[in-house]
Amino acid sequence: MAERKGMEVSIAIAEAASVCDVDCIAAYPITPQTHVVEHLSEIVADGDLDAEFIPVESEHAAMSCCCGCAAAGARTFTATASQGLALMHEILFIAANLRLPMVMVVANRSLSGPISIWNDHSDVMTERDVGWVQVFAENGQEAVDLVIMGHRMSEDKRILLPLMVNFDGFILSHMVEPIEMPTREEVKKFLPDFEPQQRLDIDNPITMGPVGMPVVYTEAKMAAEWAVRDAYEPMVEIMGEFEKEFGRKYKPVETYRTDDAEILLIMMGGISETAMTWVDKVRDEGVKVGLVRFRMWRPLPVDDFKKAIAGAKVLGVLDRHFSPGGPGGPMAQEIKYMLYGQDHAPKIVETVVGLGGRDVNFTDFDQIFDRCKTVLGGAPVPPFELIQVRGGHYGKA
Amino acid sequence: MEKLNVFASRLLPTEDFVCSGHRACQGCAEVLAMRMVHKELGRNTIAASATGCMEIITSPYPESAWRIPWIHVAFENPASVISGVEAGYKALMRKGRYPKRRINFVGYGGDGATADIGLQFVSGAMERGHDMIYVCYDNEAYMNTGIQRSSATPFGASTTTSPAGKVSIGQQTWKKNVPEIMAAHNIPYVATASPSYPFDLHRKVRKAADVEGPAYLHIYSACPTGWRMRPELAVQIGRLAVETGVFPLYEVEDGKYTITEPVSEFRALRDYLKPQGRFRHLTDDVIDDIEARLRAEYRLLEAKVRMTHEEEV
Repeated sequence: MAERKGMEVSIAIAEAASVCDVDCIAAYPITPQTHVVEHLSEIVADGDLDAEFIPVESEHAAMSCCCGCAAAGARTFTATASQGLALMHEILFIAANLRLPMVMVVANRSLSGPISIWNDHSDVMTERDVGWVQVFAENGQEAVDLVIMGHRMSEDKRILLPLMVNFDGFILSHMVEPIEMPTREEVKKFLPDFEPQQRLDIDNPITMGPVGMPVVYTEAKMAAEWAVRDAYEPMVEIMGEFEKEFGRKYKPVETYRTDDAEILLIMMGGISETAMTWVDKVRDEGVKVGLVRFRMWRPLPVDDFKKAIAGAKVLGVLDRHFSPGGPGGPMAQEIKYMLYGQDHAPKIVETVVGLGGRDVNFTDFDQIFDRCKTVLGGAPVPPFELIQVRGGHYGKA
Repeated sequence: MEKLNVFASRLLPTEDFVCSGHRACQGCAEVLAMRMVHKELGRNTIAASATGCMEIITSPYPESAWRIPWIHVAFENPASVISGVEAGYKALMRKGRYPKRRINFVGYGGDGATADIGLQFVSGAMERGHDMIYVCYDNEAYMNTGIQRSSATPFGASTTTSPAGKVSIGQQTWKKNVPEIMAAHNIPYVATASPSYPFDLHRKVRKAADVEGPAYLHIYSACPTGWRMRPELAVQIGRLAVETGVFPLYEVEDGKYTITEPVSEFRALRDYLKPQGRFRHLTDDVIDDIEARLRAEYRLLEAKVRMTHEEEV
């Protein structure tokens, strides 16, 4: 097994795509994803990876190009962020519904306006409906492993869907972390050459992407629902195989010190690393608190989540995006969907935090925890709150 | 055949890859052109389609008029999609995972998909140098959505979004010259073609396929429905377009211009405009102005031919 080496997470992700022996990379530069594609182009330029690097003229073209690569039967990789993901929006649906396997890494970043290159989850949360498999990494090693597992999952004949690996822009993408990078030979055992189910083949011509008249459109959408939902079992199986091969254990929902906890903080992405340290601190003070983190987001791991929060009385949900004038943060809404009508369902305290690169630190966790404590003490559940607003509380004075 | 430059109907391939039973309108010259393109390209071809007439008429699930592998992703991006297919096969053949063989990679779209919403995508694919052909089937408006103007709609044409009215002449801008834009990409082959000149079209498709690197074909595609003319005139109107100087047939090979169907004496522009309802409202003075500009453009084209062949003289 390879030794752990300090490297920037973006560089590590590029190396991960390289050890997956990808055939095609079509990408466009956008902060904070740039180091991923820069380094991939270097790897290709040095001849260390035999792949077509396609320097497209936009992210829309990147995703369009990736559709072509995958339809040819090539292992396909791309990376983007923020506005780039938004520009791809139209094609994301089509890639999923054409059942084209590929892995896209998203260095999560806020959406304009105002323009902001810094981290939150507004880019990916507005793409929940596209029909992709979506996973979130907490740290560099996890991002690397999800890229490797991602190709295997995406290409699995039971899944055959594009897969998005989310990792936080800057706070993870530009961080130097100790990474254990498997070799190409090790990965090859876990991830054999891509054999497409169908391809654009001159010996066996097929028509891909025909018109869906009203008599078939609903059925096509039903098939999309099955495709993503049914990805769950094989994904869990592949995580298990990954553990056998590489020794690192992954599951759809991660928990930290949830035993006997009355209050659980729920989140996804890199802030859980800070949150775990905070949990340790308050646990030392004798407070029963724990942490639950989504790794798998599409398909939504309903049963795993319910199991993870069993016994808790209050859930403090930390969203990194919200819908103005709407119901608050997306994660909180989906959690409500999972728990609504359930006997003894925990109360849900919704907080929107860490927008556009604002750091989330111990005082923020303290504040969120205080809100949860008042609800635990019997106070009514407050409406969702956007905290960290300088000079005032959410809402008009 | 290429060397002898002989074309006769009996020498053309008999096999069709865009087959009958599709749902095009009567007299559609666009599907006629597409049929010729694929007849010439043959079986070893993969096509990516833009959204548009040629997409919907050939692929209403579960039917397909395509006997070659074909993909439709979206409106603006067939150039990107086919460049991805080309890159995919290039990588797979190099890595020994697919047998090495010659495949024609063709992306196509209408004038809206090419001159408007997809211009960036076509430009990007051409600039990157993929070994592919992009074909614009130009019927001079968004016909699939109901005859709305595009930047390739000719001056004076009445469409549903550039209607002729009491204070408007219809389309108020001159047709965007996409072949020239593509020639400015310094790609090895650019040509205009018309199904009304089938041998010329076949020859150009062959050249586009044989050339290494990107090739661009801009094909005049009469649309009787959108142009408000009788369907049986579709082929004739294509000849009139050339004979009146509306749509000159030329090619640009490595920067060298050649007019492939030279016109020594132009027919009157009125002969071309008259059968088409979209031009019915044009007055004599406007027609004279259009004709004068067409002549000037043709002279410019002739000058390019002379300039780019200078050293040979």
